[in-house]
Amino acid sequence: MFRYLIGDGSFTANYCNFKSTLLWRVIIDNNSYSIIMTNLIINGNAYQVEVDPATPLLWVIREQVGLTGTKFGCGIGQCGACTVQLDGIATRSCLTPVQAVIDKEVTTIEGLAPNAEELHPLQQIWIDEQVPQCGYCQSGQLMSAHALLSANASPTDEDIDQAMSGNICRCGMYSRIKKGIKRAAEEMAKESTLKTKSNG
Amino acid sequence: MGKWTRRAFVTTGVLTGGALVLGIAIRPGNRAKKVKGMISGEDETVLNIWLKIAPDNTITVIVPHAEMGQGTHTTLPMMLADEMDADWKLVKMLEAPGNKEYANYALAKGFIMGEKDIPSLLIGTVDGIFLTATKQINMQMTGGSSSVRFTGMLAMRVAGAAARAVLVEAAAEQWNVATETLEVKNSYISHHGSNRSAPFASFAAKAADLSQPAKPRLKNPREFTLMGTSPARFDIPAKVNGTATFGIDVKRPDMKYAAIKAAPVFGAKLIPLADNAIQNMPGVLKIVNLEGAVAVIADGYWLAKKALDALPVEFGQSTHDTVGSADIYDTYLRDMEVAIANGKEEKDVKKGNVDNVFKTAADIMEAEYRVPYLAHATMEPMNCTAFVHDEGCELWVGSQNPLGFADSVAEVLDLDADKVVVHNQYLGGGFGRRFAPDVAIQAALIAKEVDFPVKLIWSREEDTRHDLYREANISRFKAALNDKGQISAWNNQFLFKHDPEEAPHIPYGVDNQNIHYTNSETHVPWGYWRSVDSSMHGFFTESFIDELAHKANKDPYRFRREHLDNAPRFLAVLDLAAEKANWDERLPENWGRGISLHHCFGTIVGQVAEVEIIGETVKVHRVVCVADPGYAFHRDGFTAQMESGIVFGLTAALYGEITIENGAVMQSNFHDYQMLRMNESPKIETHIISSENWPGGAGEPSTPGIAPAVTNAIFNATGIRIRELPVKNHNLTKKATPLS
Repeated sequence: MFRYLIGDGSFTANYCNFKSTLLWRVIIDNNSYSIIMTNLIINGNAYQVEVDPATPLLWVIREQVGLTGTKFGCGIGQCGACTVQLDGIATRSCLTPVQAVIDKEVTTIEGLAPNAEELHPLQQIWIDEQVPQCGYCQSGQLMSAHALLSANASPTDEDIDQAMSGNICRCGMYSRIKKGIKRAAEEMAKESTLKTKSNG
Repeated sequence: MGKWTRRAFVTTGVLTGGALVLGIAIRPGNRAKKVKGMISGEDETVLNIWLKIAPDNTITVIVPHAEMGQGTHTTLPMMLADEMDADWKLVKMLEAPGNKEYANYALAKGFIMGEKDIPSLLIGTVDGIFLTATKQINMQMTGGSSSVRFTGMLAMRVAGAAARAVLVEAAAEQWNVATETLEVKNSYISHHGSNRSAPFASFAAKAADLSQPAKPRLKNPREFTLMGTSPARFDIPAKVNGTATFGIDVKRPDMKYAAIKAAPVFGAKLIPLADNAIQNMPGVLKIVNLEGAVAVIADGYWLAKKALDALPVEFGQSTHDTVGSADIYDTYLRDMEVAIANGKEEKDVKKGNVDNVFKTAADIMEAEYRVPYLAHATMEPMNCTAFVHDEGCELWVGSQNPLGFADSVAEVLDLDADKVVVHNQYLGGGFGRRFAPDVAIQAALIAKEVDFPVKLIWSREEDTRHDLYREANISRFKAALNDKGQISAWNNQFLFKHDPEEAPHIPYGVDNQNIHYTNSETHVPWGYWRSVDSSMHGFFTESFIDELAHKANKDPYRFRREHLDNAPRFLAVLDLAAEKANWDERLPENWGRGISLHHCFGTIVGQVAEVEIIGETVKVHRVVCVADPGYAFHRDGFTAQMESGIVFGLTAALYGEITIENGAVMQSNFHDYQMLRMNESPKIETHIISSENWPGGAGEPSTPGIAPAVTNAIFNATGIRIRELPVKNHNLTKKATPLS
């Protein structure tokens, strides 16, 4: 067995006031074409797929499971179009081998709304604020934004920059995305206050 | 968004479910491709644009343009619905199929041939735009910032008004009253005298038999009810829940996947691989050798890509194997010199006599600017699903040019063009890239080898290295200032000229001008890139104007102003930009402010950028953008396009650089072809001036002006003049004694 290097490099970006350097190296095993049965939980549903365990989660979600809301953008974790959540953590599915998500809850854009009739507040605000243009990056933007708000209910501008700067929007709708996240934070805070009051 | 199938089109020529179909199937005969052929027919009316009314009174507007985020699927129906006085809540849209039957041929023919049929609103704008309109509408293209200003103005509004007119006529006949006594509102026609009111749908069948007026009365802006507002876009709900189908999302029965690797050096040939190279690779189905590329078909994209990466792919030698960016610039410079020496340069603008002025001028200034190659980097990498079967070929793809794709694929498959059907999908970014049919040709050639549909997906690396690039260019200026410190002569030489015509032209009143260019050969493929030539000339001309202002010891805003006596629209844009940006307000230490003014695709844009120098680099904090598009039909959509164009232009200004070494592109993905991210994105404030001139475009006009606004601001902060993009290659550490 030999290992085949398909990519190697580093990337430095200025995120806010600090520099973060990402070293990346993608290695595949040239003759590890083993296809095995894998159990997955996506958006609360169980799936059984027959794939090479090294297959990135992205392609399993798109091709085997058939949920195409999660997008391919770069394949090296640079653009965020493929962002899903693993146990609520925003994760680049293009770099995550499917074997790494067994026993984890995968959430994709199709699982963001609470049910078929209702939208998540972020989605409704994305419509109200007319956030998307081409829309290709927006599944990833929404999954990152949702993960941010789950961890930080009232993020500052810097928090938003930090959480969202891994998601590229080539149509340049950053100011609308930021505004959308702030509005969602406010509305979700109002909702939870109402709930608290009605419960108390 | 609904989609038409070819079968649906063929049968909808009559009526579907009692629907009134206006503009369909009224065009007989000749399906010629070229403009010349298009204008040869007879007895066709202006009203060959599409809408249908269903029995439930919903109106479906058929839009012959692709949606790539610019909002055309909403703005065009608005224009039609407003003229028709339709109820917006009952308006739907359908994208026209990528088929010649739907190329909007009679419309353009009507306008070109019959000047007497042109609505009076349009007279006076005929010169210069109709050929462009014809080209764009008839080719069913989406680009050139054209959908509102051509299809919207010439087709949608006229079709809406004509439909309204025949519906009113039908109602008048049915009720036996005069048309003038009828009121139309919210898709209902009412007659107050007899207290009658009925929906459009109840008159649709009768109206379809009436001949549509060639020049219906169009509203003036005071009468608009929808135009100029900002209704929610039709395409957005599907883009927040993952259901919008882009080309890459298409699913077909028995579909397989392909990955491809093309020769790194453009034009090099593949050394074909043997079929057995993929044995022992489960799930990998086939190798397809193309002339300059090899593809692998597999059960999944990842398997195909993995197999492709493992194959010993080799390409033959090419005459371009040693070419680098420096060689290309050297060739450019040599060709520029030779063209001047031989008197072979192409003339663009020539007035007065610059040479005479240079002999006696008080002050002369010269400068040379450069810009690099740029890739498009659409978020959705190039892809196309193709199925070649007994009936022909079907393509599922996001295209700015579906008819061009069909033609190109028909040619390589040796089929009649009407045997190739394009099912156009949402575009994950276009920016000019999705005009080129290269990926569709590859997909068709790969699919031809198998009997199932194949989805070809380019890796990001392939997408970056096999783009059609905004060209690298050099622009040289020489200008004279008179004793009042005003420009008396303007000499400008650059390379190449594509679109738009006005890109290198300055709005400033300069009596003596010589703008000329030359061509040069490179092996790097060229393509339309958002704002095309303006993406370079905005930077060139507005930087040099700034240099002249400083040479004349004048404030850059006021210096521009002084030269705009005869250009009131430009002056109004410039003044408002300066006012909204508080031009004269002092900025903190290490901050700078820069201004620019550029006109392209019919829209004038002024920008003021505020920047801060942090260490060796720049942070753009704020951009004030003032645009005069004549009229903004969808205000929020127009504003969004200004924001988008600025981020796009700023990305290029700060980071954009494709370099060539050993004949090939050196960059590969977002780590080395960097995109602007949220934390680097400025606050953008857009102000719209409605001068009510013929409408200009929205998608492109804000892109050219951001680079010079930023580099002029950097000069203001540091005294460092950037004459070559991108900014990232410059150390911006402040000089000891800054100017200004």
